[in-house]
Amino acid sequence: MFPYEKYLRLSKFPHIWCTGCGCGIILKSILRAIERSKLSKNDIALVSGIGCSSRTPGYVDFNTLHTTHGRAIAFATGLKLAKPALKVLVISGDGDAIAIGGNHFIHAARRNLDITVIIYNNHIYGMTGGQASPTTPIGKKGSTAPYGSIEPSFDISGLAIAAGASFVARATCYHIVQLDKYLEKGFMKKGFSLIEVLAPCPTYYSRPNRLGTSVDMLRWYKENSIPVEKARTLSENEKKDKIIIGILEDRERPEFCEEYKKMVEKIRGGNSGF
Amino acid sequence: MTEQNVKVKLMTGNEACAEAAIVAGMRFFGGYPITPSSEIAEVLAHRLPEVGGVFVQMEDELASMATIIGASLAGVKSMTATSGPGFSLMQENIGYASMTEVPCVIINVQRGGPSTGLPTLPAQADVMQARWGTHGDHSIIVVAPSTVRETYDWTIKAFNLTEQYRIPVVVLLDEVIAHVNEKMVIPEPKTITIIDRKRSTESPDTYQPYRQNDSDIPLFADFGTGYRYNVTGLSHDETGFPTNDPQKINVLYSRLSRKLERYQDQIIEYKTEYLEDAEICIVAFGSSARSAYRAVRLAREQGIKVGMFQLFVIWPFPYKILGRLASQIKAFIVPEMNLGQIAHEVSCAIKSDVIKVNRVDGNLITPKEILERIKNVSV
Repeated sequence: MFPYEKYLRLSKFPHIWCTGCGCGIILKSILRAIERSKLSKNDIALVSGIGCSSRTPGYVDFNTLHTTHGRAIAFATGLKLAKPALKVLVISGDGDAIAIGGNHFIHAARRNLDITVIIYNNHIYGMTGGQASPTTPIGKKGSTAPYGSIEPSFDISGLAIAAGASFVARATCYHIVQLDKYLEKGFMKKGFSLIEVLAPCPTYYSRPNRLGTSVDMLRWYKENSIPVEKARTLSENEKKDKIIIGILEDRERPEFCEEYKKMVEKIRGGNSGF
Repeated sequence: MTEQNVKVKLMTGNEACAEAAIVAGMRFFGGYPITPSSEIAEVLAHRLPEVGGVFVQMEDELASMATIIGASLAGVKSMTATSGPGFSLMQENIGYASMTEVPCVIINVQRGGPSTGLPTLPAQADVMQARWGTHGDHSIIVVAPSTVRETYDWTIKAFNLTEQYRIPVVVLLDEVIAHVNEKMVIPEPKTITIIDRKRSTESPDTYQPYRQNDSDIPLFADFGTGYRYNVTGLSHDETGFPTNDPQKINVLYSRLSRKLERYQDQIIEYKTEYLEDAEICIVAFGSSARSAYRAVRLAREQGIKVGMFQLFVIWPFPYKILGRLASQIKAFIVPEMNLGQIAHEVSCAIKSDVIKVNRVDGNLITPKEILERIKNVSV
C-alpha cells in the first residue's frame, strides 16, 4: 500500500468531493509522482484558485496556497520568482484556468516559467452548481446551457503548446498508469509543464447529460481515447470526438527563472544574488 | 551631517518612489504599464536586477497584485504600481492580501475617473476606492505624500507599516507629484528606520499562522522554510484552514478590524501650520496641500487667522483629532481634486458641514481659489 498518509493532512478529512469525483483519483496520482520524484515536502508549494479541484491544498501537507478565482498561476509566478528553489505546483480546473484565468495561463506558458500546472478538466463548473464552462462540448447541457452548449470548447493542451509550454500531456482518470508517468515527467521538466486530466463529475456533468455513473464515464474515457502516436496516423474525421492522450509536447525552451538569473549575473558581473 | 555627505538630486515623485522602495528593502516588483505611474516600473526594471531583486511585467493588474502577494509569502518585500483603472482591477487581490495578512505596498498614481478618465492629468479621485474598493469589511492603510521628498519618505514608511501590521498599504500619488522634478536631499541611510515583519521562531510542528497573540498581529513564516501551513482567502481559523464555525469567523473578522483600530494612533500622521490661533482650518493632502500652504501664507499676510492641517495618513482617518479641533475652528475648508471625498470624512469628524473647493477638470486647485474661500469666510 502506498503511504498516502505521509502527504495528507488527515485531520482535514473527510474531503468535500462527491462520490465518484475525479479529484481523489488525480490527487493520489500526484502524490505517487511526488514520492517518486524524491522532493521534500518542505520544498513543495501547491497553489490553487477556486473550484472543486482547487480545494486540494487544504488536504495535503505542503506549503499550500488557496487563492482567488483564476489567479493561482499569477500567485505561483510571484512565489516561484521570489524563491526559485521551491517546486511550485498549480492545481486548477477548466473554468478556473481557462475562463477567468485564461490570460495568466497563456502568459505563464509563454514565459515558460518553471511550474507544473495540473488541470482537472470535467467540462463543467462543479462547485457552483453545474454551469457550462469553456470546455463543455457543443450540445452538452449545463445549468446555464439548458438547451445544450452552442459554443465550441477550448483545447486546453493545444492552447498551452501554442503559447510555448515546454511539456504538455493529456490523460484521463481511467489512464492512471500513464497519468502517474506524465506527472512525474512534468515535475522533472524544466519550464512550464501542463498535465490536463479529463475527470468525471457525476453530480453536475454526467447527471444532466444522462451519461451514467462515474464508472460509465471512466468506461467512456477508455473506449474513446486514442494515444497521440496513433492519432498522428488518423484523418481529422477519424479523430473527431476522440480524446487524444499522451505526451503532446516535450521540448527544450529557455526557462524564465534561469533567463532572469543570467540577466542579473550579466548586469552584476557574476553575482546573481538571486 | 557634513557637507560632502549630503546627496542632493533632482528627481520626480515616481523616481523617488522607486528608489525609496529599494532603500526600504523591496526586492520584488510585479506590475503592468499605466499612465501616469509607468516610470516607477521603468526605473525598477533597471534598478532591481542591479540589486539582485526581481522585476516582472505581468499580463495585467490582476496578475500584478497576485504576484506581489506570492512573492511576499516567500518572505520578500514586494510592491506594484498603477493608476485608477489598474487599481480597480487590483481590488480583488488587495482583499486577499488584507484577508490573509500578507504585507505588500500598492502605489496608485491617481487619475480622474471613472473609467479611462484623465490618464495624463492630476486628480485625487481614489480616496474612497483606496479605502473601500475591495468587498467586505477589511483593514487597509492609505498614505498620501505631497512632495517628491515626502514621496520618498512615505514609500519607506509604507513598507514599514505593512511589515509591522500585516495590512496592505496604498500610497496615493497624483500626476503632479509623480512627474514634477524637485530638488531632493536624499537622507543618510543610517538615519532611515527600516522595519521587517516579525517572524515566528517556534517549531514548525506547533506553528499556527494566525494564532492569537497580545499584539493581534500574527507571527509570519516564509514559505519554503519548513513551516508547511495553509493560506486561504476563505474565512479561516488560527491554523489557517477554512472554517464555517460562527465563533471562529467572528474571532478572525474582529481581529482584522481591531488591528487597525487599536494601532491607529501610531499609524496616523499629519502636519499642522499656524493652527494655534486659527479660526479657519484648511484640511488637505497630496498636491492640493501644496496650493493650500501657499493660500494659508497669503491669507496670514493679510491678517486672516487661518491654519493648515495636512493629512499624511488618510486611512485610518483622524476623526478624533479633527473632532477636537472643531471647538476652536469656525470653518473648515477642504480643497481636493475630486467632488468631496475627504470633505465628507472631515464633515463626519467635526459633525458639521465643511466648505468644499473641488476641481475635477484635470487642473490643479490654485492657491488663489483657496484664498478666495478663506476671504469669503473671514468677512
